[in-house]
Amino acid sequence: MDIRKATLHSLADALKNKEFSAIELCQEYLKQIDARDGEIGAFLEIDRENMLNAARASDERRAAGAVLSDFDGLPIAVKDNIAVKGERCSCASKLLEPVKSPYDATAVSGLKKQGFIPFGRLNMDEFAMGSSCENSAFKRTANPLDTSRVPGGSSGGSAACVAADFAPAALGSDTGGSIRQPAAFCGVVGVKPTYGRVSRYGLVAFASSLDQIGPLCNDAEDAGIILDAISGADPHDSTTLPAAVGNYAAAAREGAASGSLAGLKFGLPKEYFTSGMDSAVAKVMDETIAKVKALGGEIVDVSLPHTKYAVAVYYIIATAEASANLARFDGIRYGARKEGNGLVDTYYKSRGAGFGDEVKRRILLGTYVLSSGYYDAYYLRAQRVRTLIRKDFEDAFTKCDLLLTPVSPGVAFKFNEKSDPLQMYLSDIFTIALNLSGHCGISIPAGIDPASNMPIAAQIMAPALGEASMLKAAAAFMRA
Amino acid sequence: MDSGIDIKYVADLARLELSPEQEAKLQNELSSVVNYIAELAEVDVTGVEPTAHAAALTNVWREDAAKESFPRQDMLANAPGVIHEELIRVPRVLPSEEE
Repeated sequence: MDIRKATLHSLADALKNKEFSAIELCQEYLKQIDARDGEIGAFLEIDRENMLNAARASDERRAAGAVLSDFDGLPIAVKDNIAVKGERCSCASKLLEPVKSPYDATAVSGLKKQGFIPFGRLNMDEFAMGSSCENSAFKRTANPLDTSRVPGGSSGGSAACVAADFAPAALGSDTGGSIRQPAAFCGVVGVKPTYGRVSRYGLVAFASSLDQIGPLCNDAEDAGIILDAISGADPHDSTTLPAAVGNYAAAAREGAASGSLAGLKFGLPKEYFTSGMDSAVAKVMDETIAKVKALGGEIVDVSLPHTKYAVAVYYIIATAEASANLARFDGIRYGARKEGNGLVDTYYKSRGAGFGDEVKRRILLGTYVLSSGYYDAYYLRAQRVRTLIRKDFEDAFTKCDLLLTPVSPGVAFKFNEKSDPLQMYLSDIFTIALNLSGHCGISIPAGIDPASNMPIAAQIMAPALGEASMLKAAAAFMRA
Repeated sequence: MDSGIDIKYVADLARLELSPEQEAKLQNELSSVVNYIAELAEVDVTGVEPTAHAAALTNVWREDAAKESFPRQDMLANAPGVIHEELIRVPRVLPSEEE
């Protein structure tokens, strides 16, 4: 059995054809993890017994002709901020280290309903705050393609896991690029769905108006397979959209079969191509544009005039929401408590000891922009500029079907290379506007930087609920 | 716009204990972030409505009926201190007489 770059759909075919069993498949992935995760550090923990029991149960269903879906028995690894019943869920934070999930996230139960085996706890930046996985309280995750480099973040464990063949796919979460940027750094596919497409129930909240769960995997069809399983309205999350779930995997299959982009207009937002990206990224984007044209796609120039304000708006809104969401982690109801002199002192001490530096920075910034005297100037103003950013996208989508941009201004950087927080925040420039606007985007491998030999990705963005056309185009592009 | 962020004051609002070294470091780092986000002052937002979240939904209703919730024991399992198997133990709330 060869699990290198194996797709969910190819593994599903192999299970169906009895080439191997689910338990043999899971053992093969565990073997790969044993061989290489010491060096990579993608996982915080793996409950092997649970995983193998689930695989055994799947094999029994298959033997009885009662599979839950074509994908019954396929393992999918899970980021440590997504609840899996009975497993720990720490958000890579000391404060939540002892916490076990009393229920499954809706996305996880969606996978289980189809027989997928969610497993493992993937490393991440603490509370999903970071772009390199260096903010995990527990361990460092290396980029499997060059272990002196970061895997990206915050879903760095998820991207490294797929790139190192520890699982065929993983769940991540994306608040400002936390799926797409690590996918780009590790050379895999990553999707941020439309806001409201996937339930956030069971996802530990960072910035509730921006967070979305999404897949990291090896091709566009696999992203569609996972979206088919995890999307849809959920009574537990009132921001989920009632729209019917598209047949995303089928759309991607269609795109891969045709290999054509004929009839599609790709908009190039001029603000994303002016400056600020490495020459290697610029070169790959030129090649990507040429390839889109060669496949029959049309290229049009568009403008997203408020792009330059996106980083500022994002770091106001995201930190404001984070300061409110993380207020409940006070050492009383969950996790680690550090006793102080009375109740209030216990809050100070538990939070002071439990949160890492980046989390503290963001809580402080968020508290500041919401505080008396600054609310109107920062938070309210940022929400207004957010309206303008969203309108930029709506206007652009009247002139084109999809947008084509880079994902990150450079390739995966080395550990400790970006130590200044503001510099780290600015590297999110190509991904964060999409979270503010609420539309969907996919990161797909598009080329290699000859100097570092590291992958470079392109991003395709689509209008709200445009996942099917986005995946179809991505699949066509990736086949060619 | 005044970009002075007073870390001590804000940390107090956020109930966050910081060491003096952390305080100095954060004061420095966050001052430059606050300077950066202050650039929003130049955007003309006259008449622009704020966006709270990106899903164009209003209220979502459910039937006003009692439902089974999670078992109390399951919910208490993550608390750092529990008494009588049904209450979360908390530190003293009011200062003692000697203080």
